[in-house]
Amino acid sequence: MAKKVLVLAESRDGALRNVSFEAIAAAKEISGGGEVFAVLCGDTVQSLANELIHYGADRVLVAENEKLANYTTDGYYQALKQIIDEETPEAIVFGHTSLGKDLSPRLAARLESGLISDVTGLEQAGENTVFTRPVYSGKAFEKKLINDGLIFVTIRPNNIAPLEKDESRSGEVKSVSVEIKDLRTIVKEVVRKASTGVDLSEAKIIVAGGRGVKSEDGFKPLQELADVLGAAVGASRGACDADYCDYSLQIGQTGKVVTPDLYIACGISGAIQHLAGMSNSKVIVAINKDPEASIFSVADYGIVGDLFEVVPLLTEEFKKVLV
Amino acid sequence: MNIFVILKRTFDTEEKISVSNNRISEDSAEFIINPYDEYAIEEAITLKDAHGGTVTVVTVGDEDSEKELRTALAMGADQAVLISNEDLDSQDQFTTSSVLAAYFKDKEYDIILGGNVAIDNGTGQVGPRLAELLDIPHVTTITKIEINGTTVNIERDVEGDLEKIETSLPLLVTAQQGLNEPRYPSLPGIMKAKKKPLETLELDDLDIDEDDVEAKTKTVEIYLPPKKEAGKILSGDTADQVKELVSLLRNEAKVI
Repeated sequence: MAKKVLVLAESRDGALRNVSFEAIAAAKEISGGGEVFAVLCGDTVQSLANELIHYGADRVLVAENEKLANYTTDGYYQALKQIIDEETPEAIVFGHTSLGKDLSPRLAARLESGLISDVTGLEQAGENTVFTRPVYSGKAFEKKLINDGLIFVTIRPNNIAPLEKDESRSGEVKSVSVEIKDLRTIVKEVVRKASTGVDLSEAKIIVAGGRGVKSEDGFKPLQELADVLGAAVGASRGACDADYCDYSLQIGQTGKVVTPDLYIACGISGAIQHLAGMSNSKVIVAINKDPEASIFSVADYGIVGDLFEVVPLLTEEFKKVLV
Repeated sequence: MNIFVILKRTFDTEEKISVSNNRISEDSAEFIINPYDEYAIEEAITLKDAHGGTVTVVTVGDEDSEKELRTALAMGADQAVLISNEDLDSQDQFTTSSVLAAYFKDKEYDIILGGNVAIDNGTGQVGPRLAELLDIPHVTTITKIEINGTTVNIERDVEGDLEKIETSLPLLVTAQQGLNEPRYPSLPGIMKAKKKPLETLELDDLDIDEDDVEAKTKTVEIYLPPKKEAGKILSGDTADQVKELVSLLRNEAKVI
């Protein structure tokens, strides 16, 4: 049965996030040939709309309002609620991002709907769409469906492939005016702590360091490798606790959960809490002096050796082949 | 100040997971307070120390959850409420938040704290859902909170960035790692906890009709991820290993 599906698009630093393109791909599948429309909220976001169409959205609604410049729960809630009431979609797809996690449960409560969070895959089973999601920090998976009514899901970044970009696609881009009343939470300031460049949760390649990097300076060779690969740098809790890097880099059960194509673990022993944050990565490389380190149990490729010797060599080797 | 904490009993982090009859097997598993909820309990006690009032911990669970509630009381909470889920045929986040909303309906609360996510199901839905049902604002993944009168200043973690928020009571917040270091229950705390009030409520006590809170979602299958084949540990001198690794990543794994 063809469905009308709403996708909430997210932008960061003036560019759309990859997870929004992935959400369009998921929405296409859920729609079963129906209509996928994207919603863009912000103060000046109109210029991003066409890219959503290139990635498969049939049309885009742009809700511009100065009160939407920063994300606030109430602001986005009010904008989305008005659009949902107007459009009555049969399914809604958000990214399982900081914003998606904050907003989706609140909307689902108002809509009295089920919500399947942190989806990593989907398939059709008869009339139903069945969603796969990790539970117990990725130690198990469950397949879930919404019994009836609105289908509402958030998708984990980096797991559902976006559709190929087609710049010849065209579709309607329409401004909608939304009324934003009182905001009960006000953003006073945003302090940027996340490292420059690539966002960890969406990175295709991550170079991560543990206690084995030994110092703040010890992260330098990792950063150099990351620069060559266009990768993000992450860390284990051990490295954060030891003050080698900021907690914003932490990957693990407390910290970020990541699923890049390639995860290079340098000097990380592989505590279960760390594995919970990265063991679903597609390919894992472990570099560690200790051949008994448990990180090797989840690694596809391992080098037993000193990261300060191995990582610079790796950087040089990649430089040669990636020219 | 009336301070409430919503908490969940979860599997111990270190527990191995096994599946039988399409369910996660709970045989001989160790249970703990969801680690993020521990931050919430600690912060609740800190707020009480600063502003006075009472800390009430609330859970929706089976009778075994009494153990986790007693632990929270031993940490320093004043009273506990166990809302029994044993009459529920199906339970998801819609169910839990609806049951909690029925409990809070006639309560006076200034602040409700919870963890930002439970480490078992990992949805992070119940807090924001409950805030919506109670029509109060919420702030998720907080790492710092200061209350002055009814003004509340909060720092929250947003994918590594730090957001400074101003809001007001009544309020629901969910805790992120970094908010505090939860205390261990002291021996006197454990002794006192045995005598602190722990109330058990049935759905009937909250005037809840099971049909009204029936889960909106259904789990059709639970499975373990396919066991990973043993990885390839490279050998030879380091320079050769590095060359081989790069070649494998390009030609075998095809990720570069």
